Amino acid sequence: MSELVKNEAAQNMVTLTIDDHTMSVPEGTLVVDAARSIGLDIPVFCYHPKMEPVGMCRMCLVEIGTPMRDRTTSEPILEDDGSPKIQFFPNLMTGCTFRASEGMVVRGYTEKVTAARKEVLEFLLTSHPLDCPTCDKGGECPLQNLTMQFGDGESRFIYDEKMHSAKHVALGDLIFLDRERCIQCARCTRFQDEIVDDQVIGFSNRGRALEIVTFSDPGFDSYWSGNTTDICPVGALTTADFRFGARPWEMNASASICNHCAVGCNLTFNTRREVKSGGEKIIKRVMPRQNEAVNEIWICDKGRFAYHFTASDQRLNQPLIRKDGKLVPSSWELALDLVTSRFKNAGENLVTLAGGRLSNEDLFNLAELSAHLGGDALLYSDMAGGDLVSRLGVGEGTNFSDMGPETAILVVACNLEEEAPLWWLRIKQAAERGAKVIVANPRKTKLDRSAIHNLRYEYGQEAGLVTALLSAISPKQPKSPAFVNKLAKDKEVKAAAKALSEAENTVILFGSEGTSYAASAALAQACANLLIASGHIGRPNNGLIGVWDKGNAQGAWDMGLRPSEDLDAALKTSQAVYISAADPAGDSKQYASALKKADFVVVQELYMTATAELADVVLPAQAFTEREGTYTSGERRVQRFYPAVPSLPDLLPDFGITAEIAGRLGLELEKTAPASVMLQIAEVVPDYAELTYQKLAKVEKQFPLIGREDVYYGGTSYQNSQGLGVQLKPAAQNGDSPVLVITELPEVKLSGEELLAVPVTRLLDLGNTVTPSEVLVTRLAKPHVALHPQDAEKLGVEWGSKVKLILNGSTQTVLVEFDNSMPHGVVLVPRSLGIPIISPTPATIKVL
Amino acid sequence: MLRPGALMRGMWTTFKSMFEKPVTVMYPQVKRPVSKRFKGRHELKRYDNGLEKCIGCALCAAACPADAIFVEASENTDEQRYSPGERYASTYEINFLRCIYCGFCEDACPTEAIVLGDNYELSYTNRSEAIYTREMLLVPVHPSAAPTPQKVAPGTFDRPIPEMEDPD
Ligand code: SF4
Ligand code: SF4
Ligand code: SF4
Ligand code: SF4
Ligand code: FES
Repeated sequence: MSELVKNEAAQNMVTLTIDDHTMSVPEGTLVVDAARSIGLDIPVFCYHPKMEPVGMCRMCLVEIGTPMRDRTTSEPILEDDGSPKIQFFPNLMTGCTFRASEGMVVRGYTEKVTAARKEVLEFLLTSHPLDCPTCDKGGECPLQNLTMQFGDGESRFIYDEKMHSAKHVALGDLIFLDRERCIQCARCTRFQDEIVDDQVIGFSNRGRALEIVTFSDPGFDSYWSGNTTDICPVGALTTADFRFGARPWEMNASASICNHCAVGCNLTFNTRREVKSGGEKIIKRVMPRQNEAVNEIWICDKGRFAYHFTASDQRLNQPLIRKDGKLVPSSWELALDLVTSRFKNAGENLVTLAGGRLSNEDLFNLAELSAHLGGDALLYSDMAGGDLVSRLGVGEGTNFSDMGPETAILVVACNLEEEAPLWWLRIKQAAERGAKVIVANPRKTKLDRSAIHNLRYEYGQEAGLVTALLSAISPKQPKSPAFVNKLAKDKEVKAAAKALSEAENTVILFGSEGTSYAASAALAQACANLLIASGHIGRPNNGLIGVWDKGNAQGAWDMGLRPSEDLDAALKTSQAVYISAADPAGDSKQYASALKKADFVVVQELYMTATAELADVVLPAQAFTEREGTYTSGERRVQRFYPAVPSLPDLLPDFGITAEIAGRLGLELEKTAPASVMLQIAEVVPDYAELTYQKLAKVEKQFPLIGREDVYYGGTSYQNSQGLGVQLKPAAQNGDSPVLVITELPEVKLSGEELLAVPVTRLLDLGNTVTPSEVLVTRLAKPHVALHPQDAEKLGVEWGSKVKLILNGSTQTVLVEFDNSMPHGVVLVPRSLGIPIISPTPATIKVL
Repeated sequence: MLRPGALMRGMWTTFKSMFEKPVTVMYPQVKRPVSKRFKGRHELKRYDNGLEKCIGCALCAAACPADAIFVEASENTDEQRYSPGERYASTYEINFLRCIYCGFCEDACPTEAIVLGDNYELSYTNRSEAIYTREMLLVPVHPSAAPTPQKVAPGTFDRPIPEMEDPD
């Protein structure tokens, strides 16, 4: 609805009448949308408000008439009573392709229309199986509903002549197709083509034999495949995860937020108590929850399928204490007392290390405890710039959906679809509306397709490139290194700089493609400088976004945690280390040996990570599905998540454990109610001053009206009734006027023989929170590296072959992939695939 | 006032009934046949070949006004086939303390798998005994048929809701 309303001022309004209701809508509104906006549903199958209408199914047939005009004078012809004479089209028209015009009259419930609906349904059902009792869509199926509402009780077709086709076709590892149930609406194929630009499924054959096929290898190779099961108006597409999992009406729903990346997609967890799971209440499926400012009605396959980690049977369920070199179960009292006494002794030599997957409440309590003892509160991350984002982040009211020709978007050092899929999608759509997208990355990424300028640079020069853009805008820059000056003269760079500075609005997103912490710091500062110099701060749709490696990294920065420039040293010199939701030992041998040297290590975790193996005390925590809390997205939107399933017995939420320890050290922290922690955050953290849980739970009417009881669009995406969250104002919007800070630009040099190994990000990696999802296993990246084909030829390596990678003193066997868009002399090493890489490092490859 | 004639008539009635055929039966030694439409304890039926009729659709559970039924479905494979359809009930429970013997479940069932039978002799010594599982509800396999799960040749059953004729 908001879309209809939002455009009111900008567009001509027209008045039309639908079934005796007269309304005003913006010119060009589709008849079905106009009707739906006042609650008169014209039934649809193929039409979906997020896609262009195609008029394929004919379900939306209505009678449409327009005022008659005199051919010579073009004056309206009037009836005897003075009302305009309406001329109806001789045939029924499809309401989903017809746009509203002045004086239009629509009849949606005449005899002619209902007869047509009955016939369309009869045709759709000629070969539709009678599967409703076992169909996963049964209960939320528009075909079922509309047949009940408009269809005939009986078919005139002969039952035995129904055409049968394959019922259990694996389109990929995640999606199953039932060919008989498909009504050929093309929503799925249009979604893949128009919306996510992965043309991996399509129609084959014609007529009754028409069927959906996949032409990618592996099948249905897309990060978005799950969404097609949501928008399929029938039960033709189902997920491998939920297939036959439960009937829709048997499940409860609870609102949550995805914490796999910085987008913060709104989710709904459908839960059910199950005998198979030992009588426990478990999550049966994940659905997107509508938030038009965050994820609209989509989520990526990681968000949809990688939730199983919360219910993994590897979960820790009692505290462990090291005795005689072994971790043995202990009581909470004992464990907490031990931790307390050691923390007291350590005092300011306590190092707290937290992962960005914790909630704001957890991070706040950790930071408070650490401050109480005078220790360091560290964020476990290789990315810098969260402080800059809180000052120069996007203004309150930012929404990618509002961006068009007046906006320029720079995405730098980032493979956006891999690092934050939903942002990729929304920026791609902004580009389609005319936004000027500029992608700066050393190699090709999917966003390049939407970009007007593709800027290439060498790995390590990302900050230099942004500085070059800056010097192209304002030449009076302090002396820059030669490579920057050279970049600044490049035609593309100049053109991109012009586009950025001339745009009314500019957003910059920086990622972590090939960056170390130091490089990230320089990059973030360079991006900030560019925004300050071009005046694109402190307003909606302007500012800086960090494409963080973890869902709540921004929240961690806001709570005062900072990544360490030298984590190794920090760990070694500490007297006690308190690690929560981070696995440094699993990521790097160096950290592992540093932890071995640390006097006392406490690990608060969900499962036995490599780091937990090294701990002196292990404290089990509740998963985010078992408790309440808030996350802050990269766009600085604070959003609430709610408990979906009961906690494992005897476990506390992270903030509760921290509060227990703090209490024993004489610091009162809230241990039970996260809403109260939020009140304290509001007191201490200025940007969060206005926040309460009530405000975060507020909702507004959103357009399109998705996922209601009536399953009108047949989408199973959920209506948002639990909160849209609150976007924070960055300091720049509160009157802070930042100045340019010129930092030294790091540059990486190599010795002749070696390759430079650079860390890059893959969405479906082998992280701790991904691997427990069995459905995803075959979709996860294998430990591999990528080389330029010419480098590979020199080394004598073939695509898909195994090589030895010597890196950071460890040797590993990995597969080789090629990427001919990447620079020479570089080997791309994806993070979280078990290959230890934290920053660009020299590496050697040996053929096996 | 008591009239002697009336008293005698009453006594005569009593005396006469001593020679009539009794209407009571010696339950439990003697059981009275139930009517055709009697609704007793449920049974989960099988096809003649031994496969279970229930396809695990949970429509009985949805129809039940007393929320007495709990169903959980799983997928059949040709290696392990329980029902001829795509899925079968891996869990099927009826709580007989809740059931009001209305028969709605029987009406809702698309495959006539759940049928209220003749058995009214239900007694329990604790509440959990009142929950009958699928094993308890399933009728015994006919001697000539194979028990479930059965191993069948691939492609034998390819309909989600079986169209199997059953003379029963
Ligand atoms: S798609 Fe809808 S109508 Fe078709 S079998 Fe499934 S529930 Fe029934
Ligand atoms: S699979 Fe579903 S979405 Fe795709 S064409 Fe068929 S009915 Fe439409
Ligand atoms: S885009 Fe990010 S936040 Fe959204 S579902 Fe995917 S991983 Fe989760
Ligand atoms: S007979 Fe009625 S109350 Fe009993 S299980 Fe069936 S539907 Fe429920
Ligand atoms: S033709 Fe209009 S909804 Fe399909």
